[in-house]
Amino acid sequence: MDDFHFYTKLDQTILLGVQAQNVRGLLRGIKKVPDSSIYYHTHRFLHQHHYLSPEPPNDFAYWVSQVLGDDALGEQLWSVDIVEFQSIAGLREKFAAILKRHLASTKRHIDCPDGEEFYFMASRTFVFPTTYVAQNLAEFAEVLEKVSINSLYYHMFDAKLRLEHGENDFSRWFHGLGKTQLANETRSLDPYSHTLEGLRQRIVTLVKKYDSH
Amino acid sequence: MEELFLLAERLSGRVIQNINSTAVGGGVAEILSRMVPLLGQLGVKARWDVIKGDEKFFAITKKFHNGLHGVPTKLNNGEYEYFLEVNRQNAADIVFDDIVFVHDPQPVALIEKRSEIGKRWVWRCHIDFSRPDPKIWKFLSQFVTRYDATVFSAPAFAQKIPVPQLLIAPSIDPLSDKNRELPEQTIDSVFERFGIDRSRPVVTQISRFDYLKDPLGVIQAYKRARAHVDMQLVLAGGGATDDPEGPMIMERVKEEAEKDRDIFALFLPPASDIEINALQRGSTVILQKSLREGFGLTVAEALWKAKPTIAGAVGGIPLQITHKHSGILTHSIEGTAHWIRQLISAPEYAAKLGANGREHIRNNFLITRHIKDYLLLFVSLFHDGDVVYL
Repeated sequence: MDDFHFYTKLDQTILLGVQAQNVRGLLRGIKKVPDSSIYYHTHRFLHQHHYLSPEPPNDFAYWVSQVLGDDALGEQLWSVDIVEFQSIAGLREKFAAILKRHLASTKRHIDCPDGEEFYFMASRTFVFPTTYVAQNLAEFAEVLEKVSINSLYYHMFDAKLRLEHGENDFSRWFHGLGKTQLANETRSLDPYSHTLEGLRQRIVTLVKKYDSH
Repeated sequence: MEELFLLAERLSGRVIQNINSTAVGGGVAEILSRMVPLLGQLGVKARWDVIKGDEKFFAITKKFHNGLHGVPTKLNNGEYEYFLEVNRQNAADIVFDDIVFVHDPQPVALIEKRSEIGKRWVWRCHIDFSRPDPKIWKFLSQFVTRYDATVFSAPAFAQKIPVPQLLIAPSIDPLSDKNRELPEQTIDSVFERFGIDRSRPVVTQISRFDYLKDPLGVIQAYKRARAHVDMQLVLAGGGATDDPEGPMIMERVKEEAEKDRDIFALFLPPASDIEINALQRGSTVILQKSLREGFGLTVAEALWKAKPTIAGAVGGIPLQITHKHSGILTHSIEGTAHWIRQLISAPEYAAKLGANGREHIRNNFLITRHIKDYLLLFVSLFHDGDVVYL
């Protein structure tokens, strides 16, 4: 099995010049913006507030609740379980379906106050190799404690959904080592319910446990 | 830091040339005076040129500035022509480097040189661009759209233009006098000097005495909250010389302060960074009840000091505060009063907001992030695609 090479990433935020004033506009935007925008708005909070737990809501849910004041719809958008999705297309469809169902079921159409529109953004991701390499589980655990939060984020979040690898990079490597149980446990972690530091420690603990087996 | 060096390596052999209209004074010059040396320390060659212009030119660009901020402004054809003439003179004099980083509208027409010399060009807009005067924007957009990329400070400033628009928020320098740690004695001495009692709750807004910062709304919120909790109110800042309503606002604030011993209206001279730092650090709650705002770096300053902060949900403030997570966003005097009471009465919750706010600033609004964004911007000029492997 190949060594595990740790990469890191940095994101650039793109302004799309697309905005929404109400739920209908939000739906229109969700349908037309690029995948990188859906990914951005479902992961920005996590990335920028990675020290917070439980996870703050995605941007769509936050705006609907806090700006439009529709807590019920906000809750539906908040409760979308991102970990279940293998592609951004699926995630986009889920949000669109919730908004369509809402629009069909209500006559309440509220515009946001001036200046509080939802601004669609997107991200460009720049991926770099780091100097960190692991040849076995012991080295992996040691290195994982040292790499940046961005590196952890790249291998756990970007790899699965943004790059659509189907699962996170760590699980794939553990599989290749024949550590199926470790791979399965890492894959079944809900990374969205941890702080990133908490997630790092959780994986390190798992790796150490299986390394001693 | 390791990631900054990784990025800096990708710019090896290239020179970043910043161009703006003033070497001293104003936020852009302040940012560049910190940024250019820091880029050098990372091994990135960076220089800074200032365009030359006379009084007539700067009177015209001041009109641009006001118009872009939504103030009704008229310019005649001669003024547009003169603006172009000065830009062309500068373009002829300047020796351009690999990446030309143009700041604000004054030098925007230097891009005309591109058809002759090529290079990579970026336009950085530092001002509130949410409601630009349509005529001025139409004139400027013919130049803006020729750049490789544009940069704005808040999502609301994005325009419908066919060139990439990037979000790069401003930042604070944690080691500057306004933000560095201060000994308790310094904070005590500043409070003593102004006669403010540190043993009682202190609610502070640091801002110019400007209608858009709503100091009179702050006083009303204080009065409502004061009916339920003991507190003092500090309004500290300078005047607004370019705001015709400024003197009237200052007078009204003074009148209110004279009627209430617990209101402190402090008119601070420009070099008061230590005093501002001490007032923020010694306060129980910080307000920024703006009605409009470009970015609102005073919010980042307060959050960096782990202060529970209540601010208007305008401009760049929602980027800094996530309501009930890293601070409180309000829309009215009544809402502000409500949250002042809540935060004074629930110090543990207030402390949690402050701690989260500090983490948010640490991760997103310190100068290191700002430099990272700029380096990424320069690197990105040479790559296409949503995901770029470097």
